[in-house]
Amino acid sequence: MLRYILWRIAAMVPTLLIISALVFTIIELPPGDYFESYVSEIKAQGEGVDMEQIEALRKEYGFDQPAALRYVYWLGGMLKGDFGYSFEYELPVSAVVGDRLWLTILVSFVTIIFTWLIAFPIGIYSATHQYSWGDYGLSLMGLIGIAIPNFMLALILMYFANIWFGISIGHLMDQKYLAEPMSWAKAKSILEHIWIPVIIVGAAGTAGMIRRLRANLLDELQKQYVVTARAKGLSPMRTLVKYPLRMALNFFISDIGSILPAIISGAEITAIVLSLETTGPMLIKALQSQDMYLAGSFLMFLAFLTVIGVLISDIALAILDPRIRLQGRSTK
Amino acid sequence: MTSGADLLRVEGLRITFSVLGGEVQAVNNANFRILPGKVTALVGESGSGKSAISQAVMGILPNVARVGGKILFNDPTTAAKPIDLLSLEREGEEIRGLRGTRISKIFQEPMTSLSPLHTIGNQISEVLKIHTDAEKAERRARTEELLGYVGFANPKRAYDMYPFELSGGMRQRAMIAMALICRPALLIADEPTTALDVTVQAQILKLLRELQVKLNMAMLLITHDLGVVANMADEVVVIYHGQIVEAGPVEAIFRNPQHPYLKGLMAAVPHFDMKPGERLKALREVPVKAGTLLGGSAADRRAGPDVLLSVHNVSKTYGTRKSSWFGGGESTLHRAVDDVSFDIRRGECLGLVGESGCGKTTVSKILMRAVTPDAGSVIFDNGEGPVDVLKAQGDDLQALRSKIQMVFQDPVSSLSPRMTVKNILSEPLEIHGRGTAKSRVETVRSLLQAVGLDQRFINRYPHSFSGGQRQRIGIARALALVPELLICDEPVSALDVSVQAQILNLLKDLQKELGLTCLFISHNLAVVDYMADRIAVMCAGRIVELAPREVLMRNPVHPYTKSLLAAVPYPDLDRQLDFDRLKDSEGSDMRRWGPQFRDDDAGDTLTAADLGGDHFVLARRSVDARELRP
Repeated sequence: MLRYILWRIAAMVPTLLIISALVFTIIELPPGDYFESYVSEIKAQGEGVDMEQIEALRKEYGFDQPAALRYVYWLGGMLKGDFGYSFEYELPVSAVVGDRLWLTILVSFVTIIFTWLIAFPIGIYSATHQYSWGDYGLSLMGLIGIAIPNFMLALILMYFANIWFGISIGHLMDQKYLAEPMSWAKAKSILEHIWIPVIIVGAAGTAGMIRRLRANLLDELQKQYVVTARAKGLSPMRTLVKYPLRMALNFFISDIGSILPAIISGAEITAIVLSLETTGPMLIKALQSQDMYLAGSFLMFLAFLTVIGVLISDIALAILDPRIRLQGRSTK
Repeated sequence: MTSGADLLRVEGLRITFSVLGGEVQAVNNANFRILPGKVTALVGESGSGKSAISQAVMGILPNVARVGGKILFNDPTTAAKPIDLLSLEREGEEIRGLRGTRISKIFQEPMTSLSPLHTIGNQISEVLKIHTDAEKAERRARTEELLGYVGFANPKRAYDMYPFELSGGMRQRAMIAMALICRPALLIADEPTTALDVTVQAQILKLLRELQVKLNMAMLLITHDLGVVANMADEVVVIYHGQIVEAGPVEAIFRNPQHPYLKGLMAAVPHFDMKPGERLKALREVPVKAGTLLGGSAADRRAGPDVLLSVHNVSKTYGTRKSSWFGGGESTLHRAVDDVSFDIRRGECLGLVGESGCGKTTVSKILMRAVTPDAGSVIFDNGEGPVDVLKAQGDDLQALRSKIQMVFQDPVSSLSPRMTVKNILSEPLEIHGRGTAKSRVETVRSLLQAVGLDQRFINRYPHSFSGGQRQRIGIARALALVPELLICDEPVSALDVSVQAQILNLLKDLQKELGLTCLFISHNLAVVDYMADRIAVMCAGRIVELAPREVLMRNPVHPYTKSLLAAVPYPDLDRQLDFDRLKDSEGSDMRRWGPQFRDDDAGDTLTAADLGGDHFVLARRSVDARELRP
């Protein structure tokens, strides 16, 4: 088991290397660099530019070097925890991202928990009461949840919150706490604000999970071992939890790998609509302005989360499913 | 006998299933009883409603079922009045209190009946957890004790094993332990040995018999196999299309069957005492009119060299990775086919018998060029010069394909559900460019006639046919190209007994009328005995014995053949399985064969020793043929 985990961690290294090369290439693909877009922007505003200063900056950040070398610098920097310099904000990337990263992780984490809490009971109910009115109603709601884009839901909620309650939803906290260090008041403000984005971002994921849990559980409920458990005299509830639900968990665990990046990247447009202080809006702006270190760091962060998620789900699967863990242990 | 003496009385039981477009009556007014401490066999074919009855007793019918009548359970351990099981609340505490303790059940498929994610110890001791106050340690101790009793050599270790780590027979033993741990008054065994090999079946039957006597428990044995009934039952209940047609003590049922269905069933089972040329009596016989079908009479086709197909020293090895992807990737080699040689003579039917995993299907795939062997050669010679089957290419291979055809085991999955009968039967003709569109339709019609199917069925899809009819379509497809060699891989093992007789007779008639040469592969010795002229017995990838049919049946030499023959349950009360003998000659265990049949010490290899009269047995080179005779 330990050997397997070590092997899997070792396998992450080449994966991340390949991703970093891809990320770097994609960021380099559009013609020009940040300084060119910066210069043309200033020129368009009719102001003069100090070309010498620009050239000096270029040199400082190695933009006169060949691309391969810059890639190596970038990679080396990241390993040391130096994610580069955001030209847009004129700050190191880590300082720019800072709080926003933690807030993003917080929103994502709460969203995942919310998804599970809602999806599990509903999925189980739908599967055990197949073709009942409850099942139909919940399925309809789920389908609506899948069909409506998140940002649309955000707009609708904002509109009605304003019309009905006269409040403006949006942001993750009261604006006065924005630059302040963490305090009880700030935490409370975050808690007050967080549930709206969580519901919006989690809606589609919850609906999807209900559908999948229902389908998986329905398959398992047909299996012979469920009849065996009933023939033992086990009560219906305990039968359900111990056998078919346990089997249906497998899909759910393998989902962890994709759920992290899906929630983080899916939340971006919603975050713009709701003006959340997460990384989403910043990533999109960075990509637009070719602020390459900032954009590159974000993309690497997403890739890292994906790889970690897959690793966690694989290890969890191996722990939970003896067929994966023991297959091949000699028989008898 | 008063009702008080019966353990279970079924009175006027009706079960209907509501399905799309109406209701299906699965059981219609069934009445029977189960005596305490006796084995009652419920015999019927698939769809007869026998499983529905057992589910009704346990209260585990699917939701779409509606039940009427009474099932009275009279628990001998309590003095209370009989309980009507059907009046109990569905999934209520009362019925759950009976399940697993007083009435328990084992199922046909030991693989899927156990949860793959829980250890067998967990699943067995769970029954104790539900029904007794026993502490954890005591539950474990009692489970281990029972595991040891049902035949686990190391019960402490077995407790923590998962079902997928066990063989089918051991899984079924675990199931039995689970059913019996609370010492029920009634055990329902639903086809408990149908999915098992014949030697394993004999062991499981023996175990069930011993436990039934020891615990003085009643057993409701649900089966389609009259051989199992004759060896196990005290009382027999015969069910046909949801109706009980005959019930009584086993003596009366076997010696003096009354109902036409039961009589027909008895005559449809192949058994070993059949006289040469004796035919099975199928419940519905299919007339064969192959006459004009294939062009050229049977006599023409019998001309040519004596040996049609010759297999020399064929081996096929598969690498299986024993360890999972956690550890190293050391792989072990599994010899699926190990140095197999045999000839198929023109016009004969060669039977190939063996248990699951012995390599018999791999052999058939090698002959069809679906699997490439590692070594050996296969020579096909129909008089137009020998062809090496394994090396043929291009046109030669194409020509060869039309000469060797195959009939498959599963009549459902071997026919495309999206093609009509006409498409299915004319496709081989199209592939080989035979005839015009019009003449092909004519050929399809005569093929249908040959297998006894109505020509009006020509535009139907496979799903509108029964299993037996589908298998006849499969046979017609194999015959479309006028093959010389027909390979039948378990053609009747998915069919009911009455249909089985029909298909066997059909194959036999076709073989005779068309002068076909057959390789008949089966795990069922009685079926092979009925079909084959010579029989080859396969074990662990090798042919251990090859002899003419009568010689092999009367005078087997190899220990494996002997144990195989000893394990077959006969549908005959005068030839009961000798359970005691089964114990000391477990022939499927290679280590217990006599030294002359083993090759485990190096230096001496095995070879097919000629005992004379076409009788070959696999033994050491150094052993004299006379020593092999017991």
